[in-house]
Amino acid sequence: MDTAQYMDVFIDESTEHLEVLYKKLLDLEKNPNEKSIIDEIFRAAHTLKGMSATMGFQDIANLTHKLENIFDGIRYEKIAVNPNMIDTLFETVDSLNAMVENISNGSNGAREVGPISAKLEAIENGDSLPPAVATTEVEEQVISSNLQTIPSLDEFELSILNESSERGFSNYEITVTLREDCLLKGARVFMVFEVLEKIGEVIRSEPSVSDLEEENFDVSFSLILVSEQPEAEIKEKILKVSEIEQVSINHFSVAKFIENKQQKETVPAVEQSELKQVEKEKQTGKATNSTSKTIRVNIDRLDVLMNLFEELVIDRGRLEQIAGELQHHDLQETVERMSRVSGNLQNIILTMRMVPIDQVFSRFPRMIRNLARELQKDIELEIIGADTELDRTVIDEIGDPLVHLLRNAIDHGIETPQVRREKGKPEQGTIKLEAYHSGNHVFIEISDDGAGINKEKVLSKALTNGIITESEIDTLTDQQIYELIMSSGFSTAEKISDISGRGVGLDVVKNTIESLGGSISIDSSLNEGSIFSIQLPLTLSIISVLLVELDNEKYAIPLSSIIETAIMHKDQILSAHNKHVIDFRGEVVPLAYLKDIFSVLDSSQNNSDYVSVVIVKKGDKMAGLVVDSFIGQQEVVLKSLGNYLTNAFAISGATILGDGEVALIIDSNALIK
Amino acid sequence: MENETMLEQKVIVFQLKDEEFAVPVKQVGSIERLMKITRVPQTADFVKGVVNLRGVVTPIIDLRVRFGIEATDYNESTRIIIVSLDDMEVGLIVDAANDVIDIPVNVIEPAPEVVGAVDVDYIEGVAKLENRLLILLDLQKVLTTEEMKELKTVEG
Repeated sequence: MDTAQYMDVFIDESTEHLEVLYKKLLDLEKNPNEKSIIDEIFRAAHTLKGMSATMGFQDIANLTHKLENIFDGIRYEKIAVNPNMIDTLFETVDSLNAMVENISNGSNGAREVGPISAKLEAIENGDSLPPAVATTEVEEQVISSNLQTIPSLDEFELSILNESSERGFSNYEITVTLREDCLLKGARVFMVFEVLEKIGEVIRSEPSVSDLEEENFDVSFSLILVSEQPEAEIKEKILKVSEIEQVSINHFSVAKFIENKQQKETVPAVEQSELKQVEKEKQTGKATNSTSKTIRVNIDRLDVLMNLFEELVIDRGRLEQIAGELQHHDLQETVERMSRVSGNLQNIILTMRMVPIDQVFSRFPRMIRNLARELQKDIELEIIGADTELDRTVIDEIGDPLVHLLRNAIDHGIETPQVRREKGKPEQGTIKLEAYHSGNHVFIEISDDGAGINKEKVLSKALTNGIITESEIDTLTDQQIYELIMSSGFSTAEKISDISGRGVGLDVVKNTIESLGGSISIDSSLNEGSIFSIQLPLTLSIISVLLVELDNEKYAIPLSSIIETAIMHKDQILSAHNKHVIDFRGEVVPLAYLKDIFSVLDSSQNNSDYVSVVIVKKGDKMAGLVVDSFIGQQEVVLKSLGNYLTNAFAISGATILGDGEVALIIDSNALIK
Repeated sequence: MENETMLEQKVIVFQLKDEEFAVPVKQVGSIERLMKITRVPQTADFVKGVVNLRGVVTPIIDLRVRFGIEATDYNESTRIIIVSLDDMEVGLIVDAANDVIDIPVNVIEPAPEVVGAVDVDYIEGVAKLENRLLILLDLQKVLTTEEMKELKTVEG
């Protein structure tokens, strides 16, 4: 069977199922008896098994099969959940993950699974409640008194069964499930019968033999076999017939069967309906998880859509400009309507690219669990707002910085249980990961109740590394001191853990976040913990800007950083320490003359008594950018300057205006010290 | 590679002052007429700015300034050669772009070291054809310069 075309789907879905496995295992660890969790794990393992077997990845199929067995055992309370077991289970999922990754990299997904599957088998067989006794109990349970799928037996059949069991034969109820894509069902049935006739006698089949020959059945059929052979052997023999998905054998005793006859009248009906439900769930698969209708779209297509829309936005700008020049009423009206429609379109496209941050968060619980174990700390991760949505591009980039910050919090923030006890804190440390929307931004906060940041140590460290000078120390606020740990060159020392830890490559984190147009700030109090809070833009590609003019060059300032624009008389500009400042609503705001900063040649002698000022903010700091004139507000497509000009000062990118000209986008954060 | 005599390299020839330079055609995306350049402040002096190249913002450098040849005004024959290297796309302003020719690899000689004045690393070799001398450029070196590196370290 040519499975190549399904490869992408297989990889996507396996990853999804593995994620479910990870998540549910973590849940299981907390609530070992929660039935719904166990069911979900079982279902995920089962689906994964089916898919990988179909695709021909035997190792994955084998491993998931074992996993499935264990959870089957847990479901029927033959196996009890315990922490050691969870470790092995995680290990299993890790190997599965590695195999799927291996496949997605184009290999065959083969992997040495011997040791791990041995461990799984140990759990499956031995690790159950009372180890030794359990096995025999299990054996006994296997000989059931009920028929699971065959509704009833007539007198004649019963007497044969009775007789055979007296002679030492065993009675089996066998349910064979064919693969759904099986083409020649009749032939397969025939082959199964042929196998069975050799090892015993088929007493009864459901549906009837003639129905089976006519292929009047779905994918599974049941029959009653009398045979001397052990259960496992029969199963193996049936499985030799190809295109068989599953064989389940129910070893039952006729004596008990007759005993329970009265009860049985009702029981099988219930069981049957249950069985059907399971079957149904299998068919609907993922649909049970979410009821809303979705389709899978390749992200590349969304990117293409986005690019096309960006071009449309550029042309829209051009049209608006032309309509403005022509002063034609109908044209203007049409253009306005078009702008509105494309505005809506833009919203939809942007939301289409939004992905819940859960995609990033979901891998953290496991990472933290592992790290905490490694470092012998007791850490609880609390995740809030995992459904907060962010643009895909941001999601892709934000993972690593978050990992970095979390590792920092675990490694250096949270103390060991001992130390925590001495400090009078609960032994279990808590790391809180919270995401929420606010305005045009998404905030992600990582807070811990650990040791906090030791200011003195940070300062002395910053002094030795030459990041600050003695004279600067007094002027720094607490926040500024904390932020020192993110300056490049801070963590050059060999051992960082001294200064309450933080510092390892945090400058990288800061750079990544800033390159996404975001910012990060730190707050901390000694022995109470620290909060790292990250602010990110909702989307990266289309932003609202204010266009301004410097001489005849046009620049764009993102609206998100603008507080207000003002036109001031020259007399209102004050001088303080050789710096020009203005009084803006009671606050002293320093002025930055963009013309000087960007060394614009001043051709026109500006004799006006008034200056145009754009008040921008960064955190709670403000600055006034002095420009020649305001042009107006516009939606623009953010473009990068390319890989050649990566470090243009105070320029975060460029955009193409309606007339095809390029305007640079000012990064006002860089202008506020 | 061994069979050097048979190999030919297709290059684009362009002019700067009175010298002819060549870059492999594989590295050239397109040749454009001069268009409106938006200056990018606080960059190296040879970086003229960025242009809108069919929707892509592309940086432009003036090769005359880059090579230390005195600058002239741009005119009708001035061209921008868009070259791509690794993941960068950059436009080079040249006096004129003349033609595309095949040069046999075996006429390419390493940059003559005796030419004391031309003590630069961006010359990959010199190709002698019947009546012309082509200077083959190593674009990698043209685009990464000490100045650029300095800029990056200062600001990074």
